[in-house]
Amino acid sequence: MLIYLAKRVGLSMAVVLAVVLVLFSLLHLIPGDPATIALGPRATPEAVQRYSEKMHLDEPVAIQFLIYVKNAFMGDLGVDVFSDRSVTAIVLDRMGFTLVLVIAGLGWAVALGIPLGCLAAVRPNTWLDRVTGVLSVGTIAVPSFLVSIWALLIFAVTLGWLPAIGAGDPGDPWDQAQHLVLPAFAIGLSWVGYLARMVRASMLEVMGETYIRSAHAFGLPPRRVVFRYALRVAILPTITLIGMGFSGLLSGTVFAEIIFARPGVGKLIFDTVSARNFPVVQGAVLITTSLYIVITLISDLMVAWLDPRVRETL
Amino acid sequence: MSEKRSETATGSPAVDTSGVAAETVPDALRESAARERREKLRLFLTNWQGVTGLTLVLLFFASAIFAPWLAPYDPNAIDIPARMSGPTLDHWAGTDQLGRDTFSRMLYGGRVALKVAAIGVSVALVIGLALGMLAGYGPRWLDNLLLLAFDTVRAFPTIVLALATVALTGPSLELVLAIVIVTSIPQYARIARTSTLALKSTDFILAERSLGAGMGRVLFHHVMPNVIGPLLILAAMEVPVVVTVEAGLSFLGLGVLPPTASWGTILNEGYLVIRDTPWLVIAGGIPLILTTLGFTFLGEALRDVFDPRMNRGR
Repeated sequence: MLIYLAKRVGLSMAVVLAVVLVLFSLLHLIPGDPATIALGPRATPEAVQRYSEKMHLDEPVAIQFLIYVKNAFMGDLGVDVFSDRSVTAIVLDRMGFTLVLVIAGLGWAVALGIPLGCLAAVRPNTWLDRVTGVLSVGTIAVPSFLVSIWALLIFAVTLGWLPAIGAGDPGDPWDQAQHLVLPAFAIGLSWVGYLARMVRASMLEVMGETYIRSAHAFGLPPRRVVFRYALRVAILPTITLIGMGFSGLLSGTVFAEIIFARPGVGKLIFDTVSARNFPVVQGAVLITTSLYIVITLISDLMVAWLDPRVRETL
Repeated sequence: MSEKRSETATGSPAVDTSGVAAETVPDALRESAARERREKLRLFLTNWQGVTGLTLVLLFFASAIFAPWLAPYDPNAIDIPARMSGPTLDHWAGTDQLGRDTFSRMLYGGRVALKVAAIGVSVALVIGLALGMLAGYGPRWLDNLLLLAFDTVRAFPTIVLALATVALTGPSLELVLAIVIVTSIPQYARIARTSTLALKSTDFILAERSLGAGMGRVLFHHVMPNVIGPLLILAAMEVPVVVTVEAGLSFLGLGVLPPTASWGTILNEGYLVIRDTPWLVIAGGIPLILTTLGFTFLGEALRDVFDPRMNRGR
């Protein structure tokens, strides 16, 4: 387990480093003066000057990269020259909104999708199974940003049941919860389908194993066999799927935040892209991507911890 | 799959049969292959998902290709007096805030989607196949390097990578294509790599190599026919992703630019007037959903028919 852990963490570190390299080189691959490109036409000469100094643009590119990496690993992602605030602080300010949304979206999908998949697998070829099957393909096929727009149209504009815009009054948890419902619904919907299908498929496989037959033969109640014995093994591919699909979830979150004007990191990236403020975009993208890499790492480690066979493969 | 069988079944040692395999296959084998093909076609045609998917996909192709003949109006013709109408006999899907006919714009939007899907998927498939085979067949260090590159690209949520790039270059259709291609290459490459690794140690590849075949010949004559099947199915499943990315970026104003009609720009214009008329976001979303559903159904049916083993994966 320790060797696996070390290798897997090493790989993640390498990917983070490569991500930093990509983000760094994006700026230098575009022809022209990096400072002017990064800040757009709106920037004053002073801002350009300050950015050049801060990023050591007078040094060779390799040195600039090393300085950037060193600062990034110490948590310093530069300064927003327009507002003079640290990029790290700006991004972390918004991170809470994004995390709450991601957890809520994934949470309701897990709470509904996994039991649905189990039920469909326990009673294959019944109406419940068929309905689950069609619904999961259906929800997977609908792009999550379209779900956001249509949910906004139906529940906020037409029916007026829920608020459309913003994240709610900061001091009022009930108001905040109401503002969370629609975006969380939108980003979680396709995951209900994914999870139900995945759990159903691996559950069907596991239910055919001999140890499940033994458990039944011992006279354990079926509910206990399914949830205590079968699900434990059948859940493994699902954990990997959640880890790998997390980037899709983040993409959906960006859209949901923009459509519902929720002040999370996705909205921040969008706003700073529109304002052509690359230093902030760069920092926010780096943090988002690292978050995804950490989640994948955690999901892989969880699977390895639950299933010793996986440890051998890396 | 049948290629592999004919390769091992010809049984004429020490002769390079790769180019002339078809002639040396005994009649009985050829007949059984034909029967198998008929059986697969029957399986596909009795699969309601497959038939629905095929119909929707053909509808998508036809409406996009014949848009100039089918569209009742010029998609950019402005008619202010008739602006923002709901569906009427004159305007089947209503009009937008400039009085442009939404139905015509839906049809023309399909052309953008088709263009992005056709170019994006085929280029990514070719590059992914080549890189994947190279990673699987080539030296270990190259494999590790390519894997790291794939992991890095996959670490970026698609939309976030697109946003970071747009911040520097400004929006364009070419950029959408580039993003689509870069982000989907790893998907193809990973599958190609895994299958190549499995093939690498089989007898017929070993025989071919001991006859002095170079890497190019082994890869393109022997590995590729065995690897390409699952990749083509993946390509069908990737079309919805690609179309969604295009629509999503255009919706954010980061892809196709107005006044060009795209499902994303229709949705964008509809989102801005969502409190006045629901028809634009409905009209922009329906072709998107039908297309993604069509390709998803088609891809799944193809997978069920040609590769029953993969079905268990998800």
